Amino acid sequence: MKAIYFAWVRERIGLAEEELHLPQEVKTVAELVDWLVGRGEGYALAFENRQSIRAAVDKRHASAHSSIVSAREIAFFPPMTGG
Amino acid sequence: MVALKVRVQLEDFNAQEEEKRLLSDRRDIGAIISFIGLCRDEEPPLSALELEHYAGMAETEIEAVAKEASSRWPIFGATIIHRYGMIKPGAQIVLTLVAAAHREAAFASAQFIMDYLKTKAPFWKKRHFLDGAASDWIAPKIEDDLALRRWQESKSPGG
Repeated sequence: MKAIYFAWVRERIGLAEEELHLPQEVKTVAELVDWLVGRGEGYALAFENRQSIRAAVDKRHASAHSSIVSAREIAFFPPMTGG
Repeated sequence: MVALKVRVQLEDFNAQEEEKRLLSDRRDIGAIISFIGLCRDEEPPLSALELEHYAGMAETEIEAVAKEASSRWPIFGATIIHRYGMIKPGAQIVLTLVAAAHREAAFASAQFIMDYLKTKAPFWKKRHFLDGAASDWIAPKIEDDLALRRWQESKSPGG
């Protein structure tokens, strides 16, 4: 599964995207965040305030309990500021 | 058939040309609303606003918003262009054109599109300063959420 990061989430993690090989028990967006946080300081900093992080699964807005089981691409980003 | 056109691009746009295209040769259009969002300079002065976007999702989210607007109001067409990349103060960022028979539908749907686009379309703005101070990401405004809530409370026009 491909993970993509945007704006300050990307800057804190230090990567624009990466390929993830997830253990089977990681099935939702929230579980993926837990798993990522355990990977290092940058991830912990990026997700330190989970309320302020948005996620998209296969380019559609998702919530913390959205399933990622058959997802190809998951994105994490701050609240949007376009327009 | 409602003609909905969405573009996400690096280049600038020409609102007059887009307006002409949206009008084409129709004579049943009674109102066109043209909204242009610009990069506003601030204090301390900006060298540029950097717009990052999620390619692919940005287009589909804006298309979904335009579609929703066309299901709520009787509009003939809409053109929405959103830029990304480095944008200098005074330059154009976003264009929303809506054509309808009457002004009520055109005004309301243009505002709806802008309110939704701000919170649904994956774009992020970073400020770069002229004096070389550390650049920073713009946080969303509370007013943007409030603007959105207004449309959620009134599900349909006039109802």
